[in-house]
Amino acid sequence: MNKLQQAVAILHEVDSEAGKRSNKSRIHPASRLFVCVLFILITVSFHKYNVMGLLSMWLYLFITGIWEELSFWKGLKRIRYILLLIVLLGTANLFFDRNVIFCLGSMHITGGMISMATLLIKGMLTVYAAYFLLMETGIEGICAALRTFGIPKGGVTVILLIYRYLILLLKEVQRMSQAYQLRAPGQKGIHIRTWGSFVGLLLLRTMERAGDIYDSMLLRGYQGEYRQQEVLGGRISRGLSSIYAVVWTLVLLILRVFPVFQMVGNLLG
Amino acid sequence: MHMADALIAPAVAGTMYLCSGGAMGYSVKKVRQSGEPEKIPVMGVMGAFVFATQMINFTIPGTGSSGHLCGGMLLSAILGPEAGFLTMIGVLLIQAFLFADGGVLALGANIWNMAFYGCFVGGGLIWKWMMKKGMSKKKIAVSSILGCMLTLQLGAFSVTLETLFSGVTQLPFLVFLAAMQPIHLAIGLVEGLITAAVLVFLYEARPEMLWGYGVKESGTGKLSQKKTIAVLALAALVIGGAFSLAASAYPDGLEWSMEKAAGTTELEAAGGIYDRAAGVQDAVALLPDYQFKGSESAAGTSVSGILGGVAVTAVCILGCYTLKLFGKRKTADMKPENGKEGHE
Repeated sequence: MNKLQQAVAILHEVDSEAGKRSNKSRIHPASRLFVCVLFILITVSFHKYNVMGLLSMWLYLFITGIWEELSFWKGLKRIRYILLLIVLLGTANLFFDRNVIFCLGSMHITGGMISMATLLIKGMLTVYAAYFLLMETGIEGICAALRTFGIPKGGVTVILLIYRYLILLLKEVQRMSQAYQLRAPGQKGIHIRTWGSFVGLLLLRTMERAGDIYDSMLLRGYQGEYRQQEVLGGRISRGLSSIYAVVWTLVLLILRVFPVFQMVGNLLG
Repeated sequence: MHMADALIAPAVAGTMYLCSGGAMGYSVKKVRQSGEPEKIPVMGVMGAFVFATQMINFTIPGTGSSGHLCGGMLLSAILGPEAGFLTMIGVLLIQAFLFADGGVLALGANIWNMAFYGCFVGGGLIWKWMMKKGMSKKKIAVSSILGCMLTLQLGAFSVTLETLFSGVTQLPFLVFLAAMQPIHLAIGLVEGLITAAVLVFLYEARPEMLWGYGVKESGTGKLSQKKTIAVLALAALVIGGAFSLAASAYPDGLEWSMEKAAGTTELEAAGGIYDRAAGVQDAVALLPDYQFKGSESAAGTSVSGILGGVAVTAVCILGCYTLKLFGKRKTADMKPENGKEGHE
């Protein structure tokens, strides 16, 4: 599957999965976005040697994943490229931080090894959190949350339009690339002589389409206002949304301040 | 060049959000002032266009590798720097959520590194300056290549600085810089060539679609070239200052706050109930102070943590499934009643 096909598949998946969940959810996307950002903020704030503290942050993802029936496997696929980048940067720590922190049998565990591990864990946790948020609320939900947090309606409308027309343009690019490949077999990409005309023609058609879109938006009563209420419907419970945000804030702060895993392990031990 | 959340410290991320937020506020104001409501759908569709065309592989002759289009420069050359910047924000946000290209926390930094330089330096400075005495194919090509190369260099330099201030890698600054800058110089050249090809095509087919076409520099604009440079220099100074503050010696904001409030980063409690609880804990604990008895090794802490982690996770997972099971039973119990009511 090439990049374009992958992107189209992801968009279809997000549309169907997030649509199913967000239609049932009574929690406002703003609460979910707030908790997600707080989770990421707390996760990255852990010290580079605090592996155990970081591991306790998985609790949020486990609970959210199970509760919302989200696939950890699908999320893992998104992480591979990030992990590669993190490994590249983290490898430097192995060479530059050689302080021995503790010994495991005859093996010396250095600061570099631990800081690389924390980097990897942070990378996984943060990517999963964003993925779960997307699957819970969808892009429409995220836009509704951004509007609640005061992001100007023009900016939010642009994001929504990009998302809506992305699939259309991706499919168009896919068709064009396929047609090009059929006429230029064995060629890896688009040849330098056709760079301008290949993309330029698509650009001209896109601009014409933008004009048509604006006309149809006007015909449907568009007055520059993003109708947040229509996206969310009447199912949102303010009380439940507040409880969700408050409870998760407290849980995440406790996980950050106290070494919960160690304390429980100590009591059990 | 997309930064991941794991590679940025909260203080640096916050600073970059503030900088990008300021540029966004300015752009929204300028787009609103332009009084062109039809520009909004154009921005949306153009954002989707940039996103889609960035997935096309352009063959680089003689190398066997491929390059991509430079979004910021292309958008600015068509929509203008402010509208281009807002469109790029949308593209970067969707990339972060949908494709995990860049993190949510690092979004402010990514907007600055890719959208700000691409639109305001590439479009607002270089493109505007080159086109002030009229357009030509040569000028379009030169400004596209120059703009892409310069903005990518600035972006790569910012990534290096942000990573350095975040303190996540032990890689020395100069080594990191030496790795980042040359590779982005080559990427910038290729992206510049592709962008130039597209813009030259557009100039030949529909020149009125290009930003600044037919408008000669009158010198009476609200923000002249010199003022723009001054504003950018000031922005650089402010960011530099903010970075210096962000890159403090404290490990994190929480410990800093505790030290300010309590004079220590570790709070200790004393008294009857605390002592009794500590006594009970010592008596039952296999791993006092989260370590093996009689050992100061960090491995003890880890074993204790793993044991606790497995227990807490198991309880949470079990709790979730139990609650879900009850929820499903409740729904199943309610279904016949609903059906009956509906039938009646």
